[in-house]
Amino acid sequence: MNQPLLVTATRKAGPRLSLAIGTVVILVLLALPLLSLLPAGHSLQVSAYTLTLVGKILCYAIVALALDLVWGYAGLLSLGHGLFFALGGYAMGMYLMRQAAGEGLPAFMTFLSWTELPWYWVGTQHFAWALCLVVLAPGLLALVFGWFAFRSRIKGVYFSIMTQALTFAGMLLFFRNETGFGGNNGFTSFRTILGFDVASPGTRAVLFLLTVTLLLASLYLCWCLTRSKFGRLLTAVRDAENRLMFCGYDPRGFKLLVWVLSAVLCGLAGALYVPQVGIINPSEMSPTNSIEAAVWVALGGRGTLIGPLLGAGLVNGMKSWFTVAFPEFWLFFLGALFILVTLYLPKGVVGLLKKRSQS
Amino acid sequence: MSKAFYTLLLLLLLPLAAQASEGEFFITAKPTDQARLLQNWAAQPDPARLALLSALKQGRIGADDSRKVRLNNRLRGLIDNALASHQLLSEDVAVRLAAAQYLQKSAQPAQVAFLDRRLASEPDKGVKAALALALASLQLGASEPRVRLAAVRLLGETGDPQARTRLETLLEPGVESDSTVRTAAQTSLAQVERKLLIGELLGQAFSGLSLGSILLLAALGLAITFGLLGVINMAHGEMLMLGAYATYMVQVLMQRHLPGAIEFYPLVALPVAFATSGGVGMLLERTVIRHLYGRPLETLLATWGISLILIQAIRLLFGAQNVEVSNPGWLSGGLQVLPNLVLPYNRLVIIGFALAVVLLTWLLLNRTRLGLNVRAVTQNRNMAACCGVSTGRVDMLAFGLGSGIAGLGGVALSQVGNVGPDLGQSYIIDSFLVVVLGGVGQLAGSLWAAFGLGIANKLLEPQIGAVLGKILILALIILFIQKRPQGLFALKGRVID
Repeated sequence: MNQPLLVTATRKAGPRLSLAIGTVVILVLLALPLLSLLPAGHSLQVSAYTLTLVGKILCYAIVALALDLVWGYAGLLSLGHGLFFALGGYAMGMYLMRQAAGEGLPAFMTFLSWTELPWYWVGTQHFAWALCLVVLAPGLLALVFGWFAFRSRIKGVYFSIMTQALTFAGMLLFFRNETGFGGNNGFTSFRTILGFDVASPGTRAVLFLLTVTLLLASLYLCWCLTRSKFGRLLTAVRDAENRLMFCGYDPRGFKLLVWVLSAVLCGLAGALYVPQVGIINPSEMSPTNSIEAAVWVALGGRGTLIGPLLGAGLVNGMKSWFTVAFPEFWLFFLGALFILVTLYLPKGVVGLLKKRSQS
Repeated sequence: MSKAFYTLLLLLLLPLAAQASEGEFFITAKPTDQARLLQNWAAQPDPARLALLSALKQGRIGADDSRKVRLNNRLRGLIDNALASHQLLSEDVAVRLAAAQYLQKSAQPAQVAFLDRRLASEPDKGVKAALALALASLQLGASEPRVRLAAVRLLGETGDPQARTRLETLLEPGVESDSTVRTAAQTSLAQVERKLLIGELLGQAFSGLSLGSILLLAALGLAITFGLLGVINMAHGEMLMLGAYATYMVQVLMQRHLPGAIEFYPLVALPVAFATSGGVGMLLERTVIRHLYGRPLETLLATWGISLILIQAIRLLFGAQNVEVSNPGWLSGGLQVLPNLVLPYNRLVIIGFALAVVLLTWLLLNRTRLGLNVRAVTQNRNMAACCGVSTGRVDMLAFGLGSGIAGLGGVALSQVGNVGPDLGQSYIIDSFLVVVLGGVGQLAGSLWAAFGLGIANKLLEPQIGAVLGKILILALIILFIQKRPQGLFALKGRVID
């Protein structure tokens, strides 16, 4: 399982040092949940807060990877990946709400004095169907949107704007109480998942391990894809789509496939994010969140597989430190990051490291 | 105490009492008697009593008397009614009209005789119509069917929401016994409803135009910068915001130093906002955006960063709350076109202003040297540079122009909406959609797209709700782009990369 990552790391960053770093990072990630199970007061014990924070960042890292797949490789900058992430989260949230409500209706529906579940809630008490929804909801939306968008050859900034409008519309829709997803407050106060307490250290550790596994699996998948002929086609779409068409390829199908795959990855990340963080609300869909994901990728380095993970970790790590230490200045910092990265680090941190190792 | 006694007392007192003593009498009476007194005053107005009633409305018994009168809600309503009755005797047409309109809602059966007399002697047409309506609403309760029939027919000729409620109450089972009156009432109701529907539709179309004019101001600058530089400026919304805050600053400064001319602060704010937003825009172009030409996606991210910084800076300087920008007198109020259609002056002025800005921009782009250069650079940057156009300077000026127009839009926005740090964010997506729909760098396209989107938004809003309307419009735009990928008004060309 770890082998491909190490290979990627060596390929991308060169020296043996990065191989060692990669191994250490993975080992630490695998050790964290185990350490969190130690009794409180133990010197090596990892607090639930830290575990949740790292788990959250790992989910974001998956989003960054998915975004990198469409932006870094296929040249489609999506400013709407937050929507897919949130849809996956909501699908999982529906199951968790049903678990918390037992036989009755979820609490927010009782407040609205609804007497029965809307049709799209049917079957959400089954974990398997919730998992299907996690894949289907973002996947189908991406399929429909992508089919129309790529058919009329919307690309570049037009594509970015349309995706941004899409997530904005989604946010407005989910803010409404009548939509049936808890409106402003979204879903919260979950109790159990598959019968286990969501807040218990054991469940947290398992969820964390699942997140690490998903991250590694998607890294492997992306690595396979980008190394294959398919990956080279994607790069060609990014660099010279018209020439690719003159060569006899129809880029629509390739774009659609990578677009849907990326959306599904986001949905899965969202589904793991919700039980760990314990809340999902429409603000996850705000355009701000989606565009922030773009800066993770840009900071780490587009068109590399390690870069987005690095970027997501760096930005979110800094965010959780900044918003505690200097809450007023976080936005200044984030804004400056956007500007400086695009001006001075077009290839991101990975590009910087690569350059250093070459010289 | 019997009613007759008080009426007698009143009749004795009325001709004798001077204004002040009427006030004294009122203040010493019990609430029930006060009410009766007011009703009598309302039925038999006397011009000399106007001052007393105006004072009573403010809770005092005389303009220079500081004693307070204790009033309950019923008495307040009766005072308003009596005051309106007295104001019908006023010399001022506007006051009479307002009074007549007030009486349409609140007239009492005792006032019929007085209203009838006023109606006969009223010289002004508008006031006469309003009075007739007030009288008609009253006469619906008359005992003779003939009077009721006339009243019902009269109500049918107005397009007033009040008339609809009156007729609907009349048509409720068991209210009206006479069948002729019932049939007439049904016809009248249909008439009124048709007129009201027209008013509603016109109102929606007008708010659509108003939204469209605001979108136009927001999108115009965007269309210029995007068309010219191929740059998506995510900080464009913040240029709107800067313009609005510049308006706020001008308002505050003029209040402090030039309170005499405060009425005209929006006019002073226009050049200030243009200069502020345009200056910031040029600064950004020189320091950041210039380095990113040819990399549109990166520019998008960098300008997003700029917008974050601008928003946070404004938040630190002015606070996260909305600041208060008030309409000057000549922009508040509205034009009553139909009984249920008022066109607010500020929105009317903004529609005109948006069109004027489009015209000026068109003149600037098509009739000046700068415009010629801008168009040359838009069409073929390299060729323009070869012909000696200083493209860097043109870029800077065009970016400044686009941002400056957004600043003007900010002045307009400050007159109709809230001014807060997040002002720009709420318009940026819509204005991008306008640019996408209208086609790049096309003034005509932006114009049609802005008004089209605005009107479509407002027409869909009452049918399916604002949010679903927005989503539907987004879907329609996506479908539209299938047909015309380059927008409504595409530049024809044979270039492919």
